Amino acid sequence: MSLKVTIVDYGMGNIYSVINAVEFLGKKAILSSSANDILKADVIILPGVGSFGRAIKVLKNSGLNEAISEFVLIKKRKILGICLGMQLLAESSEEGGFHDGLGFIKTSVNRFNEGLNKKIPHIGFNEVAIPDEPNRLLSGIKNNSDFYFVHSYRLSDREINGTKFLCNYGGEKFIAAYEHENLFATQFHPEKSQTNGLYLINNFLKA
Amino acid sequence: MLKKRIIFILYYGDSNFYLSRNFRLQKVGDYNWLNSNYDFSKISFYIDELAVINVSKAPCYEDDFCATLKELAKKCFVPIAAGGGIRTFEFSKKLLMSGADKIILNSVLFENLPLVEEVCGVFGQQCIVGQLDIRKINMLSYGIYSNSGTFHIDNGFQRVEKLDFTGLVGEWILNSIERDGTGQGFDFDMLNMFSRNISSPLVICGGAGNASHLVNGLKNSRVDAVATAHLYNFIGDGLSNARKIILNSGIRLASWPKIDIDFLTA
Repeated sequence: MSLKVTIVDYGMGNIYSVINAVEFLGKKAILSSSANDILKADVIILPGVGSFGRAIKVLKNSGLNEAISEFVLIKKRKILGICLGMQLLAESSEEGGFHDGLGFIKTSVNRFNEGLNKKIPHIGFNEVAIPDEPNRLLSGIKNNSDFYFVHSYRLSDREINGTKFLCNYGGEKFIAAYEHENLFATQFHPEKSQTNGLYLINNFLKA
Repeated sequence: MLKKRIIFILYYGDSNFYLSRNFRLQKVGDYNWLNSNYDFSKISFYIDELAVINVSKAPCYEDDFCATLKELAKKCFVPIAAGGGIRTFEFSKKLLMSGADKIILNSVLFENLPLVEEVCGVFGQQCIVGQLDIRKINMLSYGIYSNSGTFHIDNGFQRVEKLDFTGLVGEWILNSIERDGTGQGFDFDMLNMFSRNISSPLVICGGAGNASHLVNGLKNSRVDAVATAHLYNFIGDGLSNARKIILNSGIRLASWPKIDIDFLTA
């Protein structure tokens, strides 16, 4: 049986490149905005760029938030949140007011602190620290490998269960990637991070 | 540490790729030409970002442009910015649905602010690249031009500073019309036209003819990325060699391993 990959289409952003990467790795992916396709899948990818408030509203209005919660919390199947898709998995975001997230990752999404050493948005390839503890998502990838970021908000680094992969931007450390049980997430775009990213997506599909 | 970037630009319109010199376009070949002469997946392995600019004036070529963008995106696992002649929200959206991650706005920055606000509102600031075509007026002053370098914007630099402050634009490309396609090196004096620091990342463009030009650009503390559209100078082994030279000069670029995809998918 081949792996059923559903990429959640909720009208936010560059889903085309996510499908490209999955297909390049020899897997079929379907792009869907139906709750049924989410619940039938073996794994789902939640991509997205754009504003948090708008995205969470779309998910709630369409009922996709409930399908995703059932998929993750009851069916315990694997999800990969990318960029805004990662932020949506957090408890809340302060982007354009206060918004509740899906609440799977126990931290909040906040804007980068203004600082002399950094421009906001954080745009470009930056290094991600890979802890010594065993992990699945970045397994086989060298410590401090480069991944492509483009964002102004990020997950705050708190003491939480699971494995955190941190990135340092202008002296500020934030959660660049995360894995815990069936939850996987990256603030960076693996589908835009050359072979480092393809390796990561492949790890997720195989995990 | 955040790495500086090398951006490669392709000009495409009316089913052909073009070289540009001082904003005059020269046809070089179609998509098949690009692939038979240059292995595009090999080029994209040595760049940090790709920009594809639509040079066709006719709206009927929008679909052709998007179709080519889709083909390019299949072999390219770096961010893609696309633009050129964007006048509507629909075209912006179509580009993002065809493999673009960011859209490049030019004339509408000065002519249609509500459109910029609309695109920013839906896709976010990080999705918008503002391209500024800049012409040297005399030894001391420069002007910003819209509509393919034909229309002078009064108080252009001040208007850009104001736009930068509003947070609608995620990064700026400063493109020198005089240096475009000449291979004479970047014009860094353009950067002095701003009276204060620009908060979004700055990309310098126009004039890069060899690796040492790219090195000069990347060493400039005000520059976050360098861009080149010089198809002939940087194609073949050109980009991989340029990347080596840049690394040897002490500049830190992003790196990724050559890995066998069969190994991944096995």
